[in-house]
Amino acid sequence: MTKDDLIAKLKIIVAPYVQDEAAFKTLSEDTDFVSDLKINSANLVDIILDIEDEFDIRLENEDMEQMLDVKSAMAIVTAKLNG
Amino acid sequence: MTTEELIDLLPYQDPFLFVDEIDVISENAVTGSYTFKEDAFFYEGHFKNNPITPGVILTECMAQIGLVCLGIYLLADELNSSKQPQIALTANQMDFYLPVLPGEKVTVVSEKVVFRFNKLKCKVKMLNSKGGLVARGLISGMLKV
Repeated sequence: MTKDDLIAKLKIIVAPYVQDEAAFKTLSEDTDFVSDLKINSANLVDIILDIEDEFDIRLENEDMEQMLDVKSAMAIVTAKLNG
Repeated sequence: MTTEELIDLLPYQDPFLFVDEIDVISENAVTGSYTFKEDAFFYEGHFKNNPITPGVILTECMAQIGLVCLGIYLLADELNSSKQPQIALTANQMDFYLPVLPGEKVTVVSEKVVFRFNKLKCKVKMLNSKGGLVARGLISGMLKV
């Protein structure tokens, strides 16, 4: 999967939980889920669960703690898919 | 943990405690009940000269029994008198079918949908004393020790 494909998939997953639509339109690797997209902690869990389903991977507490922006989400998903 | 101990661990008290009894509780589900007091504070205003239990209070009762009691049960090993859980309601989607009048007893039945990363989501329904469906929906919250 290319980087662009991965960002596109993540964008579809986070879309329902986004509060800041302007930040969502310009979503990039540097976008932070909480400070930029204004996603709350409960919806962050929903995103993690949706990522697990979409990519058929299992995420742990330490993954959750790191998955705070698009870049780290991409890194963790890529590592799990290759691991 | 007994059900009395569990109710004692709830972070609510009168006039905002809406749990009388827990009948059955397991890792995956809980059933409990509450009888709305005839003189509860909200009947004076909801509605004028026509007391009916507000939907937000029914939702609160469903959340206290269905989500918070189950959450405390799930976290029991990590809790003690000095270690209380932090609780926040994060979402609810509820449909209402029947009114609940002052003095009515309701039963809340809740099934766990998911409990991961401190988020508990449950499918909850409320029944009246005749078994009629009062309300049903999904309630989510964050619970952290």
